[in-house]
Amino acid sequence: MTATSGPGISLMAEFVGLGYYTEVPVVIFDVERVGPSTGLPTRTAQGDILKNALLSHGDTKHLMLIPCSTEECFSMAVEAFDLAEEFQTPVFVMSDLDLGMNNWMADGFDYPSKPMARGKVLSAEDLDRLGGFDRYKDVDGDGIGYRTLPGTKHPKAGFLTRGSGHNEQAIYSERPEVYVGNMDRLAHKFETARSRLPKPEIQDAKGAEVGVLAYGTTHWAIVEALDQLRKEQGVTAGYCRVRAFPISLEVFDFIHRHRRVYVVEQNRDAQMLSLLRMEVDAADAGRLRSVLHYNGLPVDARSVTDAIVAQEARN
Amino acid sequence: MATTIMPPPAPKKVNRVGLEQADYKGNKSTLCAGCGHNAISERIIEACFELGVEPYRVAKLSGIGCSSKSPAYFLRASHGFNAVHGRMPSVATGTVLTNRTIMALGVSGDGDTASIGIGQFVHLMRRNLPCVYIIEDNGCYGLTKGQFSATADLGSKLKTGVVNDLPPIDTCALAIQLGATYVARSFSGDKKQLLALLEGALVHRGTAMLDVISPCVSFNDHEGSTKSYSYVKDHDEPLSDVSFIPYFEDITVDYAPGTAAEITLHDGSRLVLKKLRSDYDPHNKAEALRLLTASHDTGNLVTGLFYIDTERPNFIDLLNLVDAPLATLPESRTRPPKSVLDEVMDSLR
Ligand SMILES: Cc1ncc(C[n+]2csc(CCOP(=O)(O)OP(=O)(O)O)c2C)c(N)n1
Ligand code: SF4
Ligand SMILES: [Mg+2]
Repeated sequence: MTATSGPGISLMAEFVGLGYYTEVPVVIFDVERVGPSTGLPTRTAQGDILKNALLSHGDTKHLMLIPCSTEECFSMAVEAFDLAEEFQTPVFVMSDLDLGMNNWMADGFDYPSKPMARGKVLSAEDLDRLGGFDRYKDVDGDGIGYRTLPGTKHPKAGFLTRGSGHNEQAIYSERPEVYVGNMDRLAHKFETARSRLPKPEIQDAKGAEVGVLAYGTTHWAIVEALDQLRKEQGVTAGYCRVRAFPISLEVFDFIHRHRRVYVVEQNRDAQMLSLLRMEVDAADAGRLRSVLHYNGLPVDARSVTDAIVAQEARN
Repeated sequence: MATTIMPPPAPKKVNRVGLEQADYKGNKSTLCAGCGHNAISERIIEACFELGVEPYRVAKLSGIGCSSKSPAYFLRASHGFNAVHGRMPSVATGTVLTNRTIMALGVSGDGDTASIGIGQFVHLMRRNLPCVYIIEDNGCYGLTKGQFSATADLGSKLKTGVVNDLPPIDTCALAIQLGATYVARSFSGDKKQLLALLEGALVHRGTAMLDVISPCVSFNDHEGSTKSYSYVKDHDEPLSDVSFIPYFEDITVDYAPGTAAEITLHDGSRLVLKKLRSDYDPHNKAEALRLLTASHDTGNLVTGLFYIDTERPNFIDLLNLVDAPLATLPESRTRPPKSVLDEVMDSLR
């Protein structure tokens, strides 16, 4: 596990790609701050969402958990370790400077209710029983192979982890069908993860045409903005708080249920909106609207409400 | 009809852990025939066989380069990790910290170490992490077709005629200065010296840094190169004649008293340095650095064990880590009980 912010992650992008392709579990906390480059290092943003989702060269994509509170930072840290080992891949926990460096009130953290998940790790006894193993073979149909840990006392335990093309036995290979097979398995593993990640938090409002979609610390401004919209404008909006990437199917259903969905986020380029667009049904893409806040200060309810009201007026 | 009776095959030689030398081999090398790196792999195989190293206890680590490909060509049964360019030290550190029973055997190149990886290299040396760090040093970037590396000697020439006008980084001097506790230089073609130095490195409990001059026959083995076979053969000046005696082989070596120094290693093995030069003391840091500096001026390539310190605590000792591999610790030792969390929460209320 390592905790850093945007510059550290940019610096280590090559290693993250290696982790993805060699299937090494790792947990990375990103306390997002304002970029690009050194940007405003003492100010907050949600500017690393798109970069981390696809970090490193080649076809890479990564699991992300997105906490909105200190309680969730704690529970998602526990979850991130389980997921990293279960899926044998890097997992990002996307905090931000507002959450990571300011004082927050909290009810207290809940003790983990489940034992740690260590994933598919074979012991020397397992190898005796199986007679060997293929590191990158999809035995269970979920895209996740079995691994052994260094130091396992068995002549069949060792393998060479490499960032270059490798076959199911972890041996170097440049064969086109081997490369494609491996990349497709990684994509399948990513799909398996989609339904295992923290579900979005959805508040449906009956018959609402307007939906609001947000993530991370933007949540707190949305809670208040929803009140303002209701009291000041008589608009009752639905709300979806995305808590992970890859995005749960429930989020796409939420978008489908609303005429207009305002994606509120703290960056200039509508990064979450871009991720949603990559996967949403083409027919639903037109429902997505954008509300952006990127001046380095935590987003406030008034800015969100005003932006939504202004865009609604143009409908 | 007469039958010929075949004599029974000679019994295969096995080591103390019951393995044959063939058990320490890897896949067939894909490096160029005659590449110095292949000879180093051979010596690693021999050293591990002779010492009776158990392959499951070894982690082979490397960066990127022809040299860094070589862990695939020895110790097939061991775990290995081919990291990104220049960043094997961080993987080595993680490997050893999570499991201190592992012998980390790192292979890097001069490009991998002395350019992109220099930042990681210096911190590894400074930490004295228990590991073997081999630089397969050909003075060039072999894998990317022979550009000069930062260990290329001033004035040495590329095949294309380009002359190197920057001074080299002496990785041995750097390692000694920074705190590595076993620092040596050898030549891929010197079987006896390299084997003895490797064996000593494998039982050393601290950072053992070996810079092995290893000619690149495709891009840096011509006239004008100072890392070619012929140049090294003509300019190699061994510091001492090194012999390694494993702790389980207590034979006396014949050396005249007064002309040899004996160093006892961590596991009781011994390195015997038969003096070619008078009064060289590998425990003297300043003397080692002086010797290396002087050799730059003469253009001679001094080989041998420059420096050893068996007293300095290594990184693992300093961290006071548990003996058991971290992955084997039960949850009761890695997750504090609920009462601890409650206490922390109460203290914040
Ligand atoms: C970040 C990065 N930059 C550049 C490269 C390209 N590259 C591959 S090997 C190499 C140099 C290897 O030289 P050396 O470590 O001396 O190994 P040799 O091939 O000589 O054994 C370079 C620059 C790379 N793989 N990664
Ligand atoms: S290019 Fe040079 S360093 Fe690489 S395998 Fe060939 S001889 Fe060795
Ligand atoms: Mg080189």
